[in-house]
This record gives sequence, C-alpha cells and structure tokens, in this order.
Amino acid sequence: MSALRILVPVKRVIDYAVKPRVNKAQTGVETAGVKHSMNPFDELSVEESVRIREGKKTPVEDICVISAGPTKAQDILRTAMAMGADRAIHVETKEGEDLEPLGVAKLLKAAAEQNKSNLVILGKQSIDDDAGQTGQMLAGLLGWAQATQASKVEFIGGDSVQVTREVDGGVETLKAKLPMVITTDLRLNEPRYASLPNIMKAKKKPLEKKMLADYGITAEKRLKTIKVTEPPPRQGGGKVEDVDGLVSKLKELGAL
Amino acid sequence: MPLPPPNPVLRRQVIQLYKELLHMGKDYPQGYDYFRPRIHRAFMSKAGLRDEGEIKQAIATAQFVQKELQALYYLKKYRTLKKQYEGEQTLQQYQM
Repeated sequence: MSALRILVPVKRVIDYAVKPRVNKAQTGVETAGVKHSMNPFDELSVEESVRIREGKKTPVEDICVISAGPTKAQDILRTAMAMGADRAIHVETKEGEDLEPLGVAKLLKAAAEQNKSNLVILGKQSIDDDAGQTGQMLAGLLGWAQATQASKVEFIGGDSVQVTREVDGGVETLKAKLPMVITTDLRLNEPRYASLPNIMKAKKKPLEKKMLADYGITAEKRLKTIKVTEPPPRQGGGKVEDVDGLVSKLKELGAL
Repeated sequence: MPLPPPNPVLRRQVIQLYKELLHMGKDYPQGYDYFRPRIHRAFMSKAGLRDEGEIKQAIATAQFVQKELQALYYLKKYRTLKKQYEGEQTLQQYQM
C-alpha cells in the first residue's frame, strides 16, 4: 500500500465563544474586529490526521492543510501546523469574496489531485455558514468513497478504512477502500492545544501561497443572500402573587 | 540584603512557563485582563524562592495549571458545540 497523503481543509471562522451580530445593512454578520479562530470541526480533522500518523499503524507521508480566505487565514494554517500538520496551502481570496460550498469543493478537488492526496479529512460543517455540504460534494466530484460524521476511524489491513458514525439511537459502521473522504463529528477525538513553542516551530514549516485562478476557480456566486436577521429576543417570564393569580393567568392564556 | 542569583537553568524554565501561560491566558473565558494580573501575582509570590527543590515544585504546579487550562478550554468548547448542535440530552439517552 502506498503511504497516506492526507489533505485537511480548514476554515477561519468567528470564534465559537463570540456571539455573532448582524450588520446594520442586514446583509450578513459583523466580522470586523471580531475574534476569529479555526472552525472547531476542522480542529478535529487536523487532530485525527496527526493521530493516524502517531498511531504508526499506517505510514503517513504528508499532512497538508489548506484554507481559502483572506490573509489572516494564514494564522489558522499556522495553528494547524503547530498541531502537527507538515505544510500548508493558503488560497488567497479578497475580503468579502466568500466561496460557496460548491466552489470550495471544486477547489479542494483540484488541490487533492495536485497534491496526489488519497485521504481528505474535513470538518462536517463550519460553525459560521453551517452548510455541511462541502465534504459530500467533494466526494461526489472526485468519485471517491465518503464517510460523513465519523466518530471513529480505523485502518484495517492494506488500504481499507473502517469508520464508525453516530446515527439516531446507535452507531453505524462503514468500510471503504482508499481514496476516500471523511468528515468529522464532535466525538471523534480531543484536539490538542497548539502551545506557544509549537506555534513558534510551525513558523518554519512551508506555507505555499496560491490564488483561486491557480485552480481554475472563480468566486462567482450562485446564491444571493437576501436578508440576515437576528432571532427575536426571548420574552421574559412574569411573576404571579399567589395560587389564584397563577390560576387566573393560566386561564387567560387558555391553558386551563 | 539582595537575594543571590537563582539557578540559570531553572530561571529560563520559569520564564518560558510564564510566557506560555500568558499566551494561553488570551483564550481565558473571563478575558486576558482578568488572567494576566492573577498569573503575575502567582509568579511574583514565588519570586523569592532560592531552594532548587522548592522551585522545581513550583514549576510542577505551573505545569499542572497549564494542563488544567487546556482541559478547561477543550471542555468549554465541546460543551458549547454539543449544546448548539445536539441539544440537551437527558441522562438516560446519555447512558445508552
């Protein structure tokens, strides 16, 4: 069996702990001056690739992280390399020039072919757009096997991969041959912390800069965002004086 | 009387740990401004140590705090995501 060449796409998103605010024009979410970090589901996929290497059962030749985004996406790529990826590709897009899931899938197809990858591990969805489409589309475009929302990944013998998925009320186990696409679920592993010394070391790892055009992709949009609004504010509860007050209130609401 | 200079190897280790902890503090839930004075105070309170055994013990404590912080950050993230994407589960479902 040839050694694994893993491609790990990562996305820079608004930090999970930040409450997103809709901008005044209602066209999207305010991103300026907001803390960003790596999509948590992508952290799981970086961690899993590093664990496959550390498990030593299957030789891993290359772990390459790739991100399409503004210049600041490079920070996220550095974090991924601090966690253990070997090298990074940054596909620069202009501020506000976002790709749709199909565009990302096309880009990743080209990148997977160019890097001769035989395994792509992606987060199941990003916590900003929550589209959850990229992995599936990529598997379709490449014509590879796919195992979505993996909670366990095991290598069996030569080039077979057994993936456990959490489904309603139980687990489903899939087996497929490489090359394949895997998307990660929350319980796949516990991502390690990118420590300061490792971030420093990661600065020496290679980071390749590319443009969308290098992969023959344009940021042309098929979908138009018409309006973004915040959910209605939660209605506060009211206090009642006594039991009679409660009963009359319930009657008023038609609950009794 | 001024203190004698500490062991340079341990000194470097302590400074390194302080830098690493400061870096981690940027992700602290109550904010960096809450974290920084506290970690500074914790280190300053041990600045007078000159006994190597005691310094090593203090370094071990700092490394423990470092591990605890990592665990805290992971759990906070995991719980937030679980709540957002899977909803609250009952204990019974959880035990299944």
